[in-house]
Amino acid sequence: MTGKNRLNGGMIDRSTSFGFTFDGVSYRGCAGDTLASALLANGVRLMGRSFKYHRPRGPMTAGSEEPNAIVELRSGARKEPNTRATTAELFDGLVANSQNRWPSLKWDAMAINDLFSPFLTAGFYYKTFMWPKAFWEKLYEPMIRRAAGLGTLSHDPDPDNYDKGYLHCDLLIIGAGPAGLAAALTAGEAGARVILADEDFVLGGRLIADTGTLADEDGATWAGKTVARLQAMPNVRVLSRSTVIGAFDHGIYGMVERVSDHLLEPAPGKPRQILWRVYSKRAILAAGATERPIVFENNDRPGIMLASAMRAYANRWAVSTGSAIAVFTNNDDGHRTAADLVSKGVKTTVIDTRPDAPETTDYETLSGATVTNTQGRLGLAAIEVTLSSGTTRSLTVDGLGVSGGWNPNVHLTCHQRGRPQWDENLAAFVPGGTLPSGLSVAGAASGAFSTHRALQTGQAAAVEALGDLGLKASNPDLPKAEDAPIRVTPFWHVTGAKRAWVDQQNDVTAKDIKLAHQENFRSVEHLKRYTTLGMATDQGKTSNIAGLAIMADVAGKQIPEVGTTIFRPPYTPVAMGVLAGRSRDKTFRPVRKTPSHYWAEEQGAVFVEVGMWMRAQWFPQPGETHWRQSVDREVLQTRKSVGVCDCTTLGKIDVQGTDAAEFLNKVYANGFAKLPVGKTRYGLMLREDGIVMDDGTAARLAEDHFVVTTTTANAVPVYRHMEFVRQCLFPDLDVQLISTTEAWAQYAVAGPNSRKLLQKIVDPEFDISNEGFPFMACGEITVCGGLRARLFRISFSGELAFEIAVPTRYGDALMRRLMEEGKEFDVVPYGLEALGVMRIEKGHAAGNELNGTTTANNLGMGRMVSKAKDSIGSKLSERPGLNEADALKLVGLKPVNPDDKVVAGAHLMTKGTPVDAAHDQGYITSACFSPNLGFHIGLGYLKSGDTRIGEIIRLVSPLTGVDHEVEVVSAHFVDPEGERLRA
Amino acid sequence: MIINHPILGPRDAAEFVYKGDASLINRPDWQADDAAERFHEYGYLRDNSAGLHRELWFHEQGDRSWLVVTRDTTTHEITKVELARDVARAEGRSR
Repeated sequence: MTGKNRLNGGMIDRSTSFGFTFDGVSYRGCAGDTLASALLANGVRLMGRSFKYHRPRGPMTAGSEEPNAIVELRSGARKEPNTRATTAELFDGLVANSQNRWPSLKWDAMAINDLFSPFLTAGFYYKTFMWPKAFWEKLYEPMIRRAAGLGTLSHDPDPDNYDKGYLHCDLLIIGAGPAGLAAALTAGEAGARVILADEDFVLGGRLIADTGTLADEDGATWAGKTVARLQAMPNVRVLSRSTVIGAFDHGIYGMVERVSDHLLEPAPGKPRQILWRVYSKRAILAAGATERPIVFENNDRPGIMLASAMRAYANRWAVSTGSAIAVFTNNDDGHRTAADLVSKGVKTTVIDTRPDAPETTDYETLSGATVTNTQGRLGLAAIEVTLSSGTTRSLTVDGLGVSGGWNPNVHLTCHQRGRPQWDENLAAFVPGGTLPSGLSVAGAASGAFSTHRALQTGQAAAVEALGDLGLKASNPDLPKAEDAPIRVTPFWHVTGAKRAWVDQQNDVTAKDIKLAHQENFRSVEHLKRYTTLGMATDQGKTSNIAGLAIMADVAGKQIPEVGTTIFRPPYTPVAMGVLAGRSRDKTFRPVRKTPSHYWAEEQGAVFVEVGMWMRAQWFPQPGETHWRQSVDREVLQTRKSVGVCDCTTLGKIDVQGTDAAEFLNKVYANGFAKLPVGKTRYGLMLREDGIVMDDGTAARLAEDHFVVTTTTANAVPVYRHMEFVRQCLFPDLDVQLISTTEAWAQYAVAGPNSRKLLQKIVDPEFDISNEGFPFMACGEITVCGGLRARLFRISFSGELAFEIAVPTRYGDALMRRLMEEGKEFDVVPYGLEALGVMRIEKGHAAGNELNGTTTANNLGMGRMVSKAKDSIGSKLSERPGLNEADALKLVGLKPVNPDDKVVAGAHLMTKGTPVDAAHDQGYITSACFSPNLGFHIGLGYLKSGDTRIGEIIRLVSPLTGVDHEVEVVSAHFVDPEGERLRA
Repeated sequence: MIINHPILGPRDAAEFVYKGDASLINRPDWQADDAAERFHEYGYLRDNSAGLHRELWFHEQGDRSWLVVTRDTTTHEITKVELARDVARAEGRSR
C-alpha cells in the first residue's frame, strides 16, 4: 500500500515503491508520483502556511501553476526552497519540509496574524511603518521579512553542476499535449528537424490527466504510442522535464531541462539542469490552458482545489482527494470532474452557478447555487451552499473542486510585447497583438479547448510552419476525439465575500482589491503593485484574471477595459544556478596564464588577477614574512644589478602595410611618420573626446611593419578601436592589424647588469652595446643559438632595460635560461608590485593615472598632441574646459614627516582651507613605499601642480583618518635626468 | 538576436560588441573652419529614434569586421546588415 487514499488504475508504478519524509515523518509513494500526489495519497493535505496570514494551505493544482504547496526540498547544501510539491517528482529518499511556519506546520505561532487581518490589508506596510523613518531599515523591514516569508537558503555552496547548451531546429513545439503531439507528428513525418519540449515528466498534457478516448483507445495510451513514434524519428528530439521559459528575439527560446531533479543526486558527470538556447526557424506554442478558481468566502482551506486538479489526481495518480466531494462550477467542464470522480466511486455533488445546469442521475446537481462559506480548521470539513431559492444548506464534504473556466496559457505570446485579447465566448484572454516572430499558437493555448480541436489546430499550425520552411506536409490521419462545445457563464466571485482569496500565494483577498480601487490604485499596473496581486513565485497564473474581474466589477467596467499586466520571462521560476551555468567559483571566467606561469609557481610566486590574467605579484624568499620584504628586495636588487619581469600580458598588435605609419599617426596623438626603422617610440592614444585612452610603445621593425603595445587591461578595447579607425574612418589606408598578444612571450630585463645578462644569450652576430643598440632601439634578433626573438630597449623601471620577446612556446625556457645565466649577477625575478614601485619612483603613468578622466594636459604631455596632423581626439582635446589655467597636473608627493604614509585615494588640500569639495585641490592616484628613498611616495593630480613644486600641502582622507603634510615634488623621484636609461 | 553577417551568415549577437550610432562613421574634417563645433556634435549628439536605427557592431568573437546593422528599436527586427567599410566608402571616406 502506498497510502490510504489510493484508487485503482493511474499512471504510477506500484511495483516501485519510494520512501520519503515530509516534516520528518516517513511516508511511501510510487514511481510516477509527485510529492503532492504521494502526500495526498497518504492523507496529508496540509502542506504549507500562507505568506502573510499564515493560513493553513494545501495544494490547489496539480501542476506548475501551484500557489500554495510550496516546500523546501532536500537538505544540506542541496536544500532548495520555494519549490512546488505539485511538480516535484518523487524519488526514493526525498526529504521535504514545509516552510514559513514556527514551531510546526500544525501549530504556527504566526497564525495570530490571521486574527489581525482587518489591519493587515493591502498597503498596510506603506501606511503603518512610515514613522519614524529611520526605523524602516533597521527594525521594520527585517521584522516584516521574518514574519512574511518563504523558504530559507542553506548558505552552503551548491554542490551540483549546471550546463548551458545550444540547440537548432526547424520547428520548436512547446507543450506535448494533443495539439503539440499532432504538430510534432505532422512535422516529424514531413522530415523537419523538430524539438518537442514539455515541462512534465510524462508527455501527453491533459490526455494523461483526463478520461476519454482517441479513436478506440484511451487518451493516455494514444499519447504514449505517439511519443514512442516521435522518439523513433531521427529528426525529432523529444525533451521531457524541459520548460521553455522565454521567447526572445529572432526565434530564440530559453529552455531549462531538469536533467537530475528527479534523482537523489545527479549521476556522476551529469549536470543537475541545463539552460538551452534554442534557435528555431518556426515555433508552435501548444502550452495548453490553466483552470481558474472562483472566489468565495474562506476558499483557501486544504481540500479545496481546482476541479481539473482533482481529476488529474484521480486519473493520473490514482489518488482520491476526498471521501465526499463537491464541485463548484460555472461551466460544463466541472461536470467532467464530477463524472470522473463518480466513476471512481467517490460521492460527489455539483454546485453549478448556472440556473440551466445540465442534469444527470449520476450525481446531485444544485443549479443556480453558490458556495458561500467553508468550515474546517486545518482542512475542509464542510461547506455552506446558498441555493437558488436563497436558503442555505450545509454539505459535509472534505473535498471541494472549483472550476471557473479555463485560461489559455498565453504567456510566451506576450514576451515580445504581444497583448492578449478578450474572447467573449470563452470568457478568457486569447493570444493577440504581435506575436514573437515565427511563433504560432495551437490547441487550448489558442482557445481551441476540445481534444478534437487541439489535434486539428496542432496539425494545421504544423502544416503552415512546414509551408514556411519549404517542406511538404503528409497530413497523417488524426484519431477521432471528443469535441464538446465550450459552455461557460462567467462567474468570478461570490458577491459580498470578504475573506475570499484571489491570490492565495500572496494572500490577496477580494477586499484588498476593492480597497485598492477605493484608494484610487485603479490602473491594472497600480493594482498589482499596491496589492501584490500576481507578484509571487507563481506570477498569478491562477489569480490574475479573477483579480481583473473583481476590479472590473467594482469599477463598473468590462474586463478588457481593465486590461492585463504583461507577462515576462521566465514562465516558471528558474534556479539561479542554471543561469550561471559553469560561470562560478574558479570557473567564473577563463583564466589566462603566461608561458612562465608554472615556472613562477615553482618559485612560490604569489599571484594576482589582472583581468583574466594571473600575474606574479611577488616572489617570497625563505625568511620573508611580509610582502613588503619581498617587494623591497626585488626593487633594490633590480636597481643594484638586474631583475626579470614577465610582461607577456601587455597587449601586442602587429601593424603592417604601406600606410602603417600613416595609420599610427591617426590613432596616436603624437607623430610616427618620421620614426626610423629600428627605433621605438612612446605613443599616447586619445579617445575622440580628448581623454587619454591608453599608452604604449610602437616599434618600427620595417618601413611597413610596426609592433604596438597596449596596457594589459586595454588590449582588447584598443584593438577594437584601431579596427574601427581602420575600417570605418579610413577604409582605404593600406594597413592590416592582428593581435599577437598570445603569440609572443615577453620579459623585461632591467638593471645596470641587464645588458651583460642578455649578451650571454643573444647570438653573437647581434650587437647590443650602447652604441650598436641605443636607448629606444628595437630589432629582430636570434637568441640561444638561432631562436628568433625581438629586442626592444625600452624601460618602465627607469633603469637600463630591455624587453625581449620570443615565440610563446619558448617563454618558459627563456625564463629558466635567464635565471640560470643571471646567477653570476644575482638576478632577481620581480613581480607586479616591484614593477609598480619602480614605475612610481620613475614617475611613469599607468592605469591609475589613465583613469578615464584625464587628458594629455593633466599628464604634462599636452605638447605631445600634434597640431600638425589629424589624430583621434586632437580636436576635442583643445576644448577650453580641458585646458584651464588651474587644470590638474601630475606631480610627485612625499611626506614632510618621513614616517607618514602617502595614501592612494586621499585628497590634497591647501593648508588653512576647509576640508570640503569646494576647496579640493586634487588627489593621489598611486602610492608606495620607496625602498630606494626610504619613505613613502605618491603620484597625484594637483591643480596647477606644475607651478607648485616645493609647496607644503595637506593630504587628507577623512574616511581613514589621514591628515598630514606632504611636499609637492617632481614625479621623477629616481634618476630625473634619465642617465641610467641611456647607460 | 541574430545578425546576418554579410560574409559569415547568421551569427548570434553574443559574438558581437555594440558601439552605437552608425553616424560615427561621418567623422568631421579636422581642418574645417568650424571643426570644433562639428566634432562636438559628432562626439555628443545622437538621434534617439523609435524605429529604424543604423548602428555599428563589431564581430569581436569572429572575423573582426565592423558592421552597420539596420535594426528597428521597437521590435529588434533587423532589415539590413552591411560591412562598415563598404558603407564608409559609399559615404565618401577614403584615407
